[in-house]
Amino acid sequence: MIRNRGVSDAMTPRHTAAEQAAQQAAQAPALTVDALGKKCPIPIIMLAEQINHVPLNAVVSVLADDPAAFTDIPAWCRLKSHHHVGSYELPQGGWAIHVRRNY
Amino acid sequence: MAYFDAASTEPLHPRAREALTAALDAGWADPARLYGPARRARMLLEQARAEVAEVLGCRPDEVSFTTSGTQAVHLGVLGVLRGRRRAGRRLVVSAVEHSSVLHSGEVHEREGGTVETVGVGLTGVVDLAAFGEAVRAEGTALACLQSANHEVGTLQPVAEAAALCAGAGVPLLVDAAQTVGRMPASPGWSVLTASAHKWGGPAGVGVLAVRKGVRWRGPLPQDERENRVPGFENVPAIVAAAAALRAAAAEAEQEGARLSALVDRIRAEVPRLVPDVEVIGEPVARAPHIVTFSCLYVEGEALLMELDKAGFAVSSGSSCTASTLRPSHVLEAMGVLTHGNVRVSLPRGASGADVDRFLSVLPDAVRRIREEAGVKS
Repeated sequence: MIRNRGVSDAMTPRHTAAEQAAQQAAQAPALTVDALGKKCPIPIIMLAEQINHVPLNAVVSVLADDPAAFTDIPAWCRLKSHHHVGSYELPQGGWAIHVRRNY
Repeated sequence: MAYFDAASTEPLHPRAREALTAALDAGWADPARLYGPARRARMLLEQARAEVAEVLGCRPDEVSFTTSGTQAVHLGVLGVLRGRRRAGRRLVVSAVEHSSVLHSGEVHEREGGTVETVGVGLTGVVDLAAFGEAVRAEGTALACLQSANHEVGTLQPVAEAAALCAGAGVPLLVDAAQTVGRMPASPGWSVLTASAHKWGGPAGVGVLAVRKGVRWRGPLPQDERENRVPGFENVPAIVAAAAALRAAAAEAEQEGARLSALVDRIRAEVPRLVPDVEVIGEPVARAPHIVTFSCLYVEGEALLMELDKAGFAVSSGSSCTASTLRPSHVLEAMGVLTHGNVRVSLPRGASGADVDRFLSVLPDAVRRIREEAGVKS
């Protein structure tokens, strides 16, 4: 299963070179939430539940393929004052959307 | 049922109903013929055209009647692109235009043209600097900017965009479907499109206004009938549309202010009454009747059903409520929450009591859906 491979192998960055470099320097996700096949708002409900299970400043990676999640998870971060680190395309479709717990 | 979906369609204005009934008797004949009833139909049609032109602030011979606002956009966009083919093949649009604009752009691309999409900020206002840069680029044939967004109500800086376009010698098409009959049109447009059923006229009548001097070449086979639009004119519906527009425009200042105050109430109360809500769009520079908000952790369709059961007709840009599986391109472009989305758009005469009742049922509806989804508050 591709999903079980190392996260960086499975991801194609869709942001600038500077962001890619920053991403590579950043820590690996402390937790992966598999919301593939789930429709919004379920991926966000899962993220909201799980984010408190990682330490402060740790990263949660949400795997999602509902197009709404691509917009809604960064919007959730803005509303909830967490940090959207970046969104990375998965080879099988969908994204790994990285969120850093701020509080 | 409290009807709060005026941005989809406004109920028929009483003036339109009266005019329609009268014109079905007086304006049924072929306005292209020369006998008495035909001349009467022609007179009614030209009178309606003059009335619409007066509200838009243009000449009657610049106004054509189409069969819908969508058709007006299709003919406006594709007609100018054809007419200005020698100027270039670039079309500039904002990212939050109505789908009729974006679909016209897709046709243009299939025919070898290019489309540049200019982004918007968090409240949905187009990036004016980027828009100016885009229209100044070599080979730009046409730019399109809506007067107000149909999903979130945000007003666009049309006068400023028109000045940028004039400076670049590029015509500007303004899709004014959400504002005609509610607000005066911003000056400076080259082409303006609108839809009668959005201002209280009947469905089946759109307006395409093309200023003198704008090169336009029709994409459809032409005939000798309505200028720019082939086919037999629906004179009674056009007469009713013009009557509704005159009435709506006359009431607009007062009724708009009243509806705008109700929208302000919704904008202020929803985040106070419902936790985890984002109210979307420009708070002040907005259409008077539209307000949109998104509720975290709520499925849009479930919320529409709950509100329908409680007696409210509203709409949503959430993906699960659309015919496609994609969320609204408007909400995506703004970068705001797309799920749990509700658009309230108040028709003429919407009552403060109905708005209050909406505000009283909304918090429980949201709470129930969140509970069923297992969301801990």
